[in-house]
Amino acid sequence: MTYLWAFLIGGAICSIGQILIDKTMLTPARILVMYVVLGVILGSFGVYEKLIDFAGAGATVPLTGFGNVLAKGVKEAVDKDGIVGIFTGGLTASSGGICAAILFGYLGALFARSKEK
Amino acid sequence: MNMSKKQYKKYVKTKVTKSPLFKNMIKAYITGGIICTAGQLLNDSYLYFGFAEEQAGTLTSITLVFLSAFLTSIGIYDKIAKHAGAGTLVPITGFANAVVSPAIEFKDEGYVLGVAANIFKIAGPVITYGVIASVVSGLIYYALG
Repeated sequence: MTYLWAFLIGGAICSIGQILIDKTMLTPARILVMYVVLGVILGSFGVYEKLIDFAGAGATVPLTGFGNVLAKGVKEAVDKDGIVGIFTGGLTASSGGICAAILFGYLGALFARSKEK
Repeated sequence: MNMSKKQYKKYVKTKVTKSPLFKNMIKAYITGGIICTAGQLLNDSYLYFGFAEEQAGTLTSITLVFLSAFLTSIGIYDKIAKHAGAGTLVPITGFANAVVSPAIEFKDEGYVLGVAANIFKIAGPVITYGVIASVVSGLIYYALG
């Protein structure tokens, strides 16, 4: 059942992005920024966690899920470390994804054949 | 069909502007849905192999990022993205694609200011605004807590 919801909700979140692309001419970078910030906002209110509860990866895989990880990380770090957590929480929680993006991004660029050559 | 020229014009207009958006939305829906379902499958597999819930989530992201970086570097991801639009942009694989693509594009400008600098061309803004938003949410949470 989670798989069906993952498909339905994940697809819906993506097709909202498609409306933004087609109707507002926003650049992909701006759309990604919007999604992350929206994820942080929804995450900080605890709303996003409820979506994850039934949609699973349908909610965590879109970039709003990345924003939710940032917000959740900050909350947990503030609970644990107080004011320092405001600074450490977001990046600590999201470090796996960011590190993977940098590492695999770099390797991918390294091995890709440059189109110009 | 019986309609005046004006009505017909209006009718055509709705069809012309509507149909590509609708078609694009369907394509984005299906591709995005498939990527998310794949993520669910990965997540459940990691759980099955005994990883804790949070670790499984992180590993899922890492795996998707790896797959996307790989598919981008061999030129397949962008081919899919041409049809899928937001379906390949909005998932975390789109984020990874946005890391690799500019890095490849600027490869001939060197490994420091070409590849490494352009890794953050789109990821940079995303991380910047994400982190700033998280700090703001943390400040509010701390103040209310």
